[in-house]
Amino acid sequence: MAVDRRLATSSRVWTVAIVSLAVFVACGLLLPLIGAVPVEYARAFAGGEPDHQILFTLRVPRVFLALLTGGALALAGVLFQALLRDALATPYTLGVSSGASLGAVSAISFGWTTLWPASIVGAVVTLAVVLGVAAERRRLSPFTLLMAGVTVNSICMAGILFLHSVATFAQSISITRWLMGGIEAVDMPTLTVLSVILLSSAVYVFWRARQWNLLAVGEEWAAVRGVEGNRLIFIGYVIGSLLTGTVTALTGPIGFVGLIVPHALRIRLGADHRLLIPGSFLLGGAFLAICDTVARTAMAPSEIPVGVITAILGGPFFIWLLRHR
Amino acid sequence: MSLDAPLYRLEGASLSYGSIHALRDVTLQFRKSEFVAVAGPNGAGKSTLLNVMAGLRPGYSGRCLYEGIELAKWTRSQFARRVSVVPQSVRIEFPFTAEQVVLMGRTPFADAMFESDEDASQVRRAMELTGTTAFGNRDFQTLSGGEKQRVILASALAQTPQSLLLDEPTTYLDIEHQIALYRLLRTLSRDGVLVITVTHDLNLASTFADRIVLLAGGTVVADGTPNAVMQPATMRDVFRVDTIIQRGPSGRPWITYGS
Repeated sequence: MAVDRRLATSSRVWTVAIVSLAVFVACGLLLPLIGAVPVEYARAFAGGEPDHQILFTLRVPRVFLALLTGGALALAGVLFQALLRDALATPYTLGVSSGASLGAVSAISFGWTTLWPASIVGAVVTLAVVLGVAAERRRLSPFTLLMAGVTVNSICMAGILFLHSVATFAQSISITRWLMGGIEAVDMPTLTVLSVILLSSAVYVFWRARQWNLLAVGEEWAAVRGVEGNRLIFIGYVIGSLLTGTVTALTGPIGFVGLIVPHALRIRLGADHRLLIPGSFLLGGAFLAICDTVARTAMAPSEIPVGVITAILGGPFFIWLLRHR
Repeated sequence: MSLDAPLYRLEGASLSYGSIHALRDVTLQFRKSEFVAVAGPNGAGKSTLLNVMAGLRPGYSGRCLYEGIELAKWTRSQFARRVSVVPQSVRIEFPFTAEQVVLMGRTPFADAMFESDEDASQVRRAMELTGTTAFGNRDFQTLSGGEKQRVILASALAQTPQSLLLDEPTTYLDIEHQIALYRLLRTLSRDGVLVITVTHDLNLASTFADRIVLLAGGTVVADGTPNAVMQPATMRDVFRVDTIIQRGPSGRPWITYGS
């Protein structure tokens, strides 16, 4: 299977965007119907219980959150890979995820019931430290960022290990569960705020698609072609971390999506960000929503951590893609 | 600006990296249609000079003016419509095709999401000039060093520059393509483009360029026509080698290195 060599003409971008959007919407409409208990749309819309409640307070918000989370992680992966010029970078490379985890684990240790505010604070503080360390010489060098990310990551992991070791038995279980990651139904106001943040970020990132192409080659390469790099690079890291931090606060760390989705699309579509960005956001969302549906149904009524499914479903597919490109 | 005012004017330009003076008090002018080779031993400041002129080293002291305007005052995109740069090599991590790489040269001309017909025709022209049309659809990563170098040149030409700055553009090229490149640069300069290339190949420089600037230790030690610059005494001072300089078949100086 070869890379499609055609250039990103407007018709090609539209085709990719519309096909991806169709898959995304289809997942949003069909996946809530799948579950341990059969549900009918007609009955649920008529307000018949328990169909109404199962569909609208459990499954729809959960599928919706999975779509947004997968989209955000895949898009953040695309962005970090371009900015760090490293195909193996993930949304977690700068340590945002371990910062969010440390926040959540601290909240569990303090006995708080709502975890996401602490998690957001953890993500923001980590990002500020990493960018602050790397920006000392005014330019954000990818190498310094990677090193700062690895270091901050280790410090956060040490903090998590420490809190885990002094936690009570019940807290210890909560910590383990959080670190596994997983999608759970959230209320509508949270989902609304999340969609506004994620969709506006995605639109901004797409609007800058041509500039990411140049920055993915090099900063000087971009500069001599008229792209004012420094500010754009900084904005890129902040948006990538915003995408990662907000969803991680709600779901815990979910691996693999941010690495595999952008890669798979590059193999099929090439490296042009005008195709990669809409494709990654929409198909990344669809991929995680499908994985989460498997996670909650395969061994119902117990659930498998969704990170296990993303790796089991995604891994072999990815190896197949690598072998057949 | 009058017609033959210089495009570039450097006055006392200096640049240090910490305690290392990469460029010291360089005063030079370059006009349209000139074909200039910049030569000198390793660490002479050739690439630094080129990077300052490309607007990539804003920390210099002294002055560097383009069209009479200090480089710091140019917006990146306005400057990129006039000056394009060919680095020695580029490593690309992602599967961009050669044609996509060339197309990136059109960035300063449109903020739009998609390329125009004009962009497409400039890309075609640049790829024909550099003989890269045949592998336009290949992944840049899979090209040979010489093919990559010609694609990078095509990307700079697609920018339709008024001034073209090149850093050792022949490093990975075979003899045939080295000569083809220098012929192309000569043609461009005759069509009005200011061409400035850093090189180690004094014979190619002497055969094709109108002017050679010799740098050593960050300063200009000689500047003039190949005949004026290529003197055994100068060569011994700058490169510490003994040379025999004769007339080559083109009537230009031809240098033979002593053993």
